[in-house]
Amino acid sequence: MTALLEVEDLRVAYGKIEAVKGISFTVDAGEVVTLIGTNGAGKTTTLRTLSGLLKPVGGQIRFRGKSLKKTPAHQIVSLGLAHSPEGRHIFPRMTIEDNLRLGAFLRSDRPGIEKDIQRAYDLFPILGERRKQAAGTLSGGEQQMLAMGRALMSQPKLLMLDEPSMGLSPIMMQKIMATIAELKSQGTTILLVEQNAQAALSLADQGHVMETGNIVLSGSGQTLLHDESVRKAYLGED
Amino acid sequence: MTTQTTAPDNTGAPAADDTSGLIGIPPRVGRALATGGGVLTVVSTFLAWTWTAEFPGDLTVYGYPGGLQVLVLVAGALTALFGLASYDVKGLRWLVPAGADAALRVAALAAFATAWYTVVAISAQLGGVVNLEPGGYVAAAATLIALLGSLALPVQRPEPDPFDPDDTGWEQFKHTSSHNWQVVKAAFASGTPRPLRALPSYAEILVIVAVLAVGLFVFTYGIGTEYDELFVGFLITAGLGFAALNKSGLIAQVSEITARHQNITVCGAFVAAACFPFTQSDDQYATIGVYILIFATVALGLNIVVGLAGLLDLGYVAFLGVGAYAASMVSGSPSSPFDLHLPFWGAVLVGAAASLIFGVLIGAPTLRLRGDYLAIVTLGFGEIFRITANNLDGTSGPDVTNGSNGISSIPDLSILGFDMGLPHDIGGFTIGRFANYFFLMLVITAVVVLVFRRSGDSRIGRAWVAIREDETAALAMGINGFRVKLIAFAVGASLAGLAGTVQAHVTYTVTPEQYLFAGTTPPNSAFLLAAVVLGGMGTIAGPLIGASLLFLIPNKLQFLDDYQLFAFGLALVLLMRFRPEGLIANRRRKLEFHEEAEAPTTLSKTGA
Repeated sequence: MTALLEVEDLRVAYGKIEAVKGISFTVDAGEVVTLIGTNGAGKTTTLRTLSGLLKPVGGQIRFRGKSLKKTPAHQIVSLGLAHSPEGRHIFPRMTIEDNLRLGAFLRSDRPGIEKDIQRAYDLFPILGERRKQAAGTLSGGEQQMLAMGRALMSQPKLLMLDEPSMGLSPIMMQKIMATIAELKSQGTTILLVEQNAQAALSLADQGHVMETGNIVLSGSGQTLLHDESVRKAYLGED
Repeated sequence: MTTQTTAPDNTGAPAADDTSGLIGIPPRVGRALATGGGVLTVVSTFLAWTWTAEFPGDLTVYGYPGGLQVLVLVAGALTALFGLASYDVKGLRWLVPAGADAALRVAALAAFATAWYTVVAISAQLGGVVNLEPGGYVAAAATLIALLGSLALPVQRPEPDPFDPDDTGWEQFKHTSSHNWQVVKAAFASGTPRPLRALPSYAEILVIVAVLAVGLFVFTYGIGTEYDELFVGFLITAGLGFAALNKSGLIAQVSEITARHQNITVCGAFVAAACFPFTQSDDQYATIGVYILIFATVALGLNIVVGLAGLLDLGYVAFLGVGAYAASMVSGSPSSPFDLHLPFWGAVLVGAAASLIFGVLIGAPTLRLRGDYLAIVTLGFGEIFRITANNLDGTSGPDVTNGSNGISSIPDLSILGFDMGLPHDIGGFTIGRFANYFFLMLVITAVVVLVFRRSGDSRIGRAWVAIREDETAALAMGINGFRVKLIAFAVGASLAGLAGTVQAHVTYTVTPEQYLFAGTTPPNSAFLLAAVVLGGMGTIAGPLIGASLLFLIPNKLQFLDDYQLFAFGLALVLLMRFRPEGLIANRRRKLEFHEEAEAPTTLSKTGA
């Protein structure tokens, strides 16, 4: 069986500056795969390219066996690849419910949408309590929940989360990570980009360490978590 | 010993619960003065204010008010009513659901401003205060008394910030003046209106009918003002009177009722507008009516592009021009290069289709740009349209548009045998040429309102708003940004084209100089955008009201002449400073500009 997502020698550049210099990895259905690395390693660029917001200069992306290189962003979503962008990007002046509905923009099955909105409220009860409130009035962590709930509304085959723990308090971060674990146990395939290597690796089946546009180390989450160089570089241990 | 205890009070800040008025008259006396002043103002309008009929409006008559006196009468009556309501008089409480004092202050200000404007205008125009009859003095005194009395009413003063003793004199001055400003703001701030008592729905509909009738009356009065002074007085009274009603909380309650019966309100508004020609004895003001409708309809079309989709289009008037040119070329005009005379429906389709095609042609390359670039490119296209129309005259280029002479002698429309160019008698009323076009334009406006409402509430409308709010997130939701924006552009363009087809026939002639970027006569691109922004982006009523004001003010205030654009710019700057969401605020826009007012009421305990 081929992998759900195959990335082969992917190269992305901003003008002349190459941000991603030929990386390859795969994501299998039901897996949680994480990309970790410091600022500027090319993690977010990789995700933005996968979701069609940026165009690669070389390499190959295949999602469910289909090449994504020339597919525009809105069609990639309809193929089942959802992106919860870095910095949340919720619609602050729309209500929480309208935000979720926009996540289901490409769907037309009303009962299914209503069911999934309810599912998002079950997953994040705080969103249900405030469904008629403007999303901008939520706290940072709640906005992250909304961004994740919204990405799930398109019924993705693969959910890409870009730094869901960014700027959150430790307690809120634990909550978000617990939700990711719950989604994993429900069988959702997730590609997780994180700076918080500890939390990401302990969840992940597979991990890749990125440095200045290259993958420098790959392995299972547990292996990397105990890897000497990773511990030194990312987990703050000498 | 007693002197010691009182000494600190003189230097310390005023007590926290200071509710004294802005001026030192006991509040009870002030209230009586304000109410009495209001009543006296009403009485004074029945007296003569000047001895000669040379001042327009004939204010020389004892027994009934005329001209500007009517406006003072309205403002005085409003003051008296709010004054009585502030005494908790039974049967008047419904007038002031948000408290009477702030409304009373503004109403007294309205009466004062209108009366003093009149008195000063009489003195200035006739040469001295000797031209005032006693009635004028009574009015001036009564409104002044009412204003002073209302300013003496208790104010819940905001607590002053403590002084920093090291402050320099200038910093202390800034500090004091900012506090004083806060106090004045508090004096004119109204409370939250009490919740509306549930009325049976027939009563609510009656309220809507009454409000629309008042609206029609005010509008008809404004259009019908025959001289500058009366129009200025009308603006003062209407503006401040509206503000007073707003402070009293009545406006909030009415908008709650209209929001509950949206369809009835929209239909009712159209019926009210359709009544307008029947209130006129000749075609003079129907002309203004039809031009306002053309301007307002185009502004509403632009509101789809700017207000809903957030695309700044500075060349929108070109689409009106394309529609007008297209319709004029198939109208059978002798200067049209085509020997074609399509019926009205054909002309409408041609006009709208031509604008649609131009919209897509201009939109397809430019909509890939974001923000400022789009504005610059559309500005350029607007000019290109005008210059091209000027040059397609047979000498500089092929003869299509007849150059700067334009396409003239456009024949009047004839719909189902109904000749729009001739007056008709309907139920004893004579409906003239412009009134005919007024009705036709009203149908076009209804179409545009319908398109605006349906698209705004639909999937595409949500996509427009999403694109406007955050393009990255919208793309991540699977919204095809380019296509959605192109649809907004094309819909807006074809609606402008629709209005253009009627405009061509109303004005007889279509010339390139009618479609400027900025000029003193609307519609032009700058005024269209101003009508949208001034009225309120993303709303239906906003651009209609904004367009009416922007058309009427230059039209009525001829004395402004060369200062028109200056005054217009100044007004726009002031409005953007004090009410950036426009006269009619869209709920979501309000959130955008006054975020502190809608701050989160509850924060999550675990919130980060």
